[in-house]
Amino acid sequence: MSFEPKIIGFLCNWCSYTGADLAGTARMKYPPNMTSIRVMCSGRVDPGFILDAFQKGADGVLICGCHPGDCHYVEGNYKCMRRIPLTKKIMKEMGIEPRRLRLEWVSASEGARFQQIVTEFTEQIRALGPLTLNEWAFAPTEAEAPHEQAAGRE
Amino acid sequence: MAEVNVKIDGHPIVMEDGAFVLEGARNLGIYIPTLCYYPYMTPYAACRICAVEARDAKGWSKIVTACNYPVWEGLEIHTNTPRVMNARRVNLEMLMSRCEPVPVLQQLADQFGIDTLRWGTGDNTCILCGLCVRVCDEVVGAHALAFSERGIFRKVSTPFGGESGDCILCGACAKVCPTGHIKLEEIKGRSIVHKEISLGPNSAITLPFRQAVPNVPYIDVEKCIHFSTGECKVCSRVCPKDCIHYDDQDQYEEFDIGAVVMATGFDNFDPTPMKQYGYGKYPNVITAEEFEMMNNAAGPTGGRILLENGEEPRAIAILHCIGSRDQDHHKYCSRVCCMYAFKFSHLVKEKTNAEVYQLYIDIRSFGKGYEEFYQRILDEDVNLIRGKAAEVIPSGFRRGEEGHLLVLCEDTLIGKFREIPVDMVILCTALEARRDAKDIGRKFNISVGADGWYIEAHPKLGPVSTTTEGVFLAGACQGPKDIPDTVAQGGAAASHALKLMCLGEILMDAAYAVIREEYCSGCRVCNELCPYNAIEYLSDKKVSTINAALCKACGTCVAACPAGAIVGRHFTDDQIYAQIEGMLV
Repeated sequence: MSFEPKIIGFLCNWCSYTGADLAGTARMKYPPNMTSIRVMCSGRVDPGFILDAFQKGADGVLICGCHPGDCHYVEGNYKCMRRIPLTKKIMKEMGIEPRRLRLEWVSASEGARFQQIVTEFTEQIRALGPLTLNEWAFAPTEAEAPHEQAAGRE
Repeated sequence: MAEVNVKIDGHPIVMEDGAFVLEGARNLGIYIPTLCYYPYMTPYAACRICAVEARDAKGWSKIVTACNYPVWEGLEIHTNTPRVMNARRVNLEMLMSRCEPVPVLQQLADQFGIDTLRWGTGDNTCILCGLCVRVCDEVVGAHALAFSERGIFRKVSTPFGGESGDCILCGACAKVCPTGHIKLEEIKGRSIVHKEISLGPNSAITLPFRQAVPNVPYIDVEKCIHFSTGECKVCSRVCPKDCIHYDDQDQYEEFDIGAVVMATGFDNFDPTPMKQYGYGKYPNVITAEEFEMMNNAAGPTGGRILLENGEEPRAIAILHCIGSRDQDHHKYCSRVCCMYAFKFSHLVKEKTNAEVYQLYIDIRSFGKGYEEFYQRILDEDVNLIRGKAAEVIPSGFRRGEEGHLLVLCEDTLIGKFREIPVDMVILCTALEARRDAKDIGRKFNISVGADGWYIEAHPKLGPVSTTTEGVFLAGACQGPKDIPDTVAQGGAAASHALKLMCLGEILMDAAYAVIREEYCSGCRVCNELCPYNAIEYLSDKKVSTINAALCKACGTCVAACPAGAIVGRHFTDDQIYAQIEGMLV
């Protein structure tokens, strides 16, 4: 049986989620591998979410926000844009290919673009194969454990 | 200045010493024909048609030109004596010996009773009145024209007969020319424009549009002569109320508002790039908007449907879908064209005897009463041809004729190519989004679709609101729309805005961020991130706090808080982690 990647998509409420909705109402077909999580803004995407998704078995994470300059919250997408390279750095250290994380801009009218991005990204992840994590990647040291609990998971 | 008593044709009038006879006569309403006189310029007495007889009390008399003869105490002017008429006739005959075909001269000849021209005729059209030269010097201030050569070779010319670098293309010389010797289209290179519907290049003062509120004219600074040369100012001299202020500037005003209705409308597609239809090349290829302007009873032709040469057309082709339903331009249907094209053909049938051809792709008569109107048009002998026009080429209307148009198309219903001879082609141009729609949309934080139309909150459930609270859409800025739909949406948008005002208080989403003070370390990372300045640092407690009324719940601060002290309500970390877990595990 061929490998079906699991992909988590964080979609901003105003542009990309609406764009995905448009792709749906327009009956555009794209791979069912991506499951979307609605956030109000791509700026809401905590790098913790991304790493958590990889830890729990996601093979790829896609983040979609408004085009630069079009953010409903003025500049949330810029904040996201700054966080992604840092997250990729952390991923590299953990042994996760940075290509498994992708940030894209999809506006509310770009249903076709959304379809294309999801299709492409799914194919890319399929080509990369399943994510295998090194055992040490997410294992908290004893000293870190309580902190992790306090910071990330209230 | 001293005042003098003058009599003109027996009517006494008090005039300023040194004023000219013509001014007094005009004030008394006494007719003196003129050709080279124009207010606001120094009189020149070139045409000598304004000849009058000056007499004094002692019996002295002389023929003088009224336009530049200064008055003096006791002067008596006679404008209608046989001697005066004779002088005018001789002068006119001499003018006509040079310029017989000029209509103004022929009218005067009829008026003066001239049947034979004793000194022959000439076919020049310039009577050397010098108006153009004077207007360019004195009013426009461009000094681009002058008389050149001598005697019978005398003519008006630009320096060395070439293109004048000083000419500002204002068209004033053509405007004042009494004989039509100087033509607008020649100076402006605009011979392609349909004369009957062109408002000409002299419309520097204009109303924004006919129903403008306030209905006040404005000066188009780009076209105004004054803003080009610093001279002219004729309008301020004419205005009796002193309303013209050249140094007025655009002013910005600030208003406090709580709701915005976007009603920015649409632009008309410019068919010039579609070379095959020859818009801008053949004067009788016009857009629907231009036809509408011509058809307007208050328009330039008084509502008559005319060709460029002033004749009535014998056949008109109406081309649908110019720029819409077109893979190269706009893919969408502009919605309104089919019905207004029917209206056009109905009006053409009503006003003229012209044959009407409608070239359509599909007829879309979707609204209430529309299909019935379509059926009525079918009964009015309008030729409906299913097929998009391929090309418009110049041709004769009949064999051997010139200066008409031929529309080439495929009639897909009979499966044949057709060539339709017409006099006029009307292009039903697409409705397109305003060219600055994207910038304006960005200012109001509303999204713009691929075609440039504003996107509504939901196509079915929120067709009037936008994703930005308090901004509503009305009319064609949201997409092509006819008048009933626009009015309906405008009403809905207004009532949405009114609802906000009537409530007096604003209902907000319960989604906002909260800082849990017990976890906040007071690092102030979040303060800088908030685009709405909703986060404030309390220096006494050494923690930050969020103003819930200002917070729009974007969650940027929630993601950034190093202590995890900020909770984004409805989008808490727990909820999102649970979603991730639910999806993957």
